[in-house]
Amino acid sequence: MPTQSNRIITTFERLTAQGRTALIPYIMAGDPSLAETETFVLALDRAGADLIELGVPFSDPIADGPIIQKAAERALQSGTSLIRIIDMVRQLRTRTSIPIILMAYYNTILAIGEEIFCREAVAAGIDGVIVPDMPPEEATILDSAAQRHGLIVIFLLAPTSTNARRRTVIARTRGFIYYVSLTGITGAQLDNLTEVQQNVRQLRRAARKPVAVGFGIATPEQARIVGQFADGVIIGSALVRLIADEQSPLPPVERLAQFTKHLKAALQP
Amino acid sequence: MAPYPNKRGRFGIYGGMYVPETLMPAIQELERAYTAARRDPEFQREFRTCLAQYVGRPTPLYFAKRLTKTLGGPKIYLKREDLCHTGAHKINNTIGQALLTRRMRKHRVIAETGAGQHGVAVATVAAMFGLKAEIYMGTEDMERQALNVFRMRLLGATVTGVDAGSRTLKDAISEAMRDWTTNVRTTHYLLGSVLGAHPYPMMIRDFQSVIGREARRQILAAEGRLPDCLIACVGGGSNSIGLFYPFLRDPTVAMIGVEAGGFGIASGKHAARFAGGRPGVLHGTMTYLLQNDHGQVSSTHSVSAGLDYPAVGPEHSFYHDLGRIQYTAVTDEEALAAFDLLAREEGIIPALESAHAVAELVKVAPSMNKRDIVIVNLSGRGDKDVQQIARMRGIPL
Repeated sequence: MPTQSNRIITTFERLTAQGRTALIPYIMAGDPSLAETETFVLALDRAGADLIELGVPFSDPIADGPIIQKAAERALQSGTSLIRIIDMVRQLRTRTSIPIILMAYYNTILAIGEEIFCREAVAAGIDGVIVPDMPPEEATILDSAAQRHGLIVIFLLAPTSTNARRRTVIARTRGFIYYVSLTGITGAQLDNLTEVQQNVRQLRRAARKPVAVGFGIATPEQARIVGQFADGVIIGSALVRLIADEQSPLPPVERLAQFTKHLKAALQP
Repeated sequence: MAPYPNKRGRFGIYGGMYVPETLMPAIQELERAYTAARRDPEFQREFRTCLAQYVGRPTPLYFAKRLTKTLGGPKIYLKREDLCHTGAHKINNTIGQALLTRRMRKHRVIAETGAGQHGVAVATVAAMFGLKAEIYMGTEDMERQALNVFRMRLLGATVTGVDAGSRTLKDAISEAMRDWTTNVRTTHYLLGSVLGAHPYPMMIRDFQSVIGREARRQILAAEGRLPDCLIACVGGGSNSIGLFYPFLRDPTVAMIGVEAGGFGIASGKHAARFAGGRPGVLHGTMTYLLQNDHGQVSSTHSVSAGLDYPAVGPEHSFYHDLGRIQYTAVTDEEALAAFDLLAREEGIIPALESAHAVAELVKVAPSMNKRDIVIVNLSGRGDKDVQQIARMRGIPL
């Protein structure tokens, strides 16, 4: 059974046993180039990331705020495509075994075809996929292809999700549940952590699956607070902004490593 | 009526609900609210009353005598949606959705606009129903349609420029969806065409099909028979499906949807989805989409902002594949020539969007019989385009 050996599942099992929270950085693949993304992934791994989410650039990212939109534009300008990202992960797999999850809008997957995508992704060493514009209602084709090949499809829940939807996602998602901390887009201001805490606590009780929280978590302090009640903390826009920061005297890979170490320290039990 | 879409919002393989989880509950709420409203005689009565008293319906079906003579082909009738309040068919839909917004107890509406006609129609009903309105518009379109920007602001709406991507309709929709994702609890997204996730394509078609129901009645009264051909321009495709829908079951009625050919299909600078696209997913729906090999959405070009969009309504994709509706494209140049022709032959300045339908008529008329009857949907008036045309011709105003 391919799913049983999936790195996402084994990683969460190990972390849960150790009583630790997963640190899940998100970066945009190909921003500013795929070669640099490779070094970023290795740096994130060394700095203490537990899983890595790689954004697949799309021309019309409706779930993303301006920071990730601009990163996607840069990545597309550098010639990034889903196929090339898969090839890059294949290269990376000789040097790291950290779980890698793609965040891809549905049309980029459709362009390859669901079946070929799942087969190639798994062959290259990709462990899971998140499709922000594919709710469970529209996931039948991708989900069955993914199951055949042992790719994990991670679904999202939001503060607006109804109980019925929550039950659906709990039943359908594997690996972990991606809980969207705020009603909004990536990189938005996250104000009410108490509400997030209540929702995640409820969800974890009902789900009996790991719950990782993302959207708007920008500082080690926020990561620390969310880490107290979530199984994983996803940090995207803050890292993407750091990579693009032209004011900093440090090279991007060092900025990334430094910030990730701060996040890691904040998540220590 | 045709049984499409099915319960999952599908027209064959097209349509569906490809939206982020945050929006799914709102989409489902909208579906429930609309399903109930559709069956509610009180809602339908109020909708009809607004269309009659506020929009000015029914709009005339005008026999274009001189144009008929000039083209020397079929008898030409124009469905005069340009005579609707605000100057285009867009208001049929905004009235319907404003009534629905009130039913859902939401107080703010957001919308995208390309040519500005939908934005004006939203700003108008927002004023009429006492709703707050924010309209997203690509900055390139704001330049092309400065007059409509001013009209929206006069009507009390906020117009927000979108500077991302191609700075046209596609980017305005993306930005409106982001706003909706953020403010979904209080806000209704008043989408302007038969695009987006289910139930939008169905609901907007229903609201717009008043065009075809009237035209059917009017042509039967005028000619005692059904028309041989219907012609309408297709951006998202709301005016065309509005005209076509009530005739879909009449096998003798041919239908032509006219896309924006821009500088010509071969140039790659156009918005002809059926000529240059393939099925994909954008803005919540699966449909024909202009895209590259990697699924990145292409930039489009049309002289007409309202047709300048890389995807088409999913129901059109369905009827395209079935062969029930024929799709074709005319270039900017052909549309501009038709714009002049209609102004001079009939004293009607059409919207550049509608001029595409007239241009197709000019092309097909010679091959048709003199006894044939054609209805062209004149979806909007051209006042909004006058400045742009003057600029293009180097005439200072």
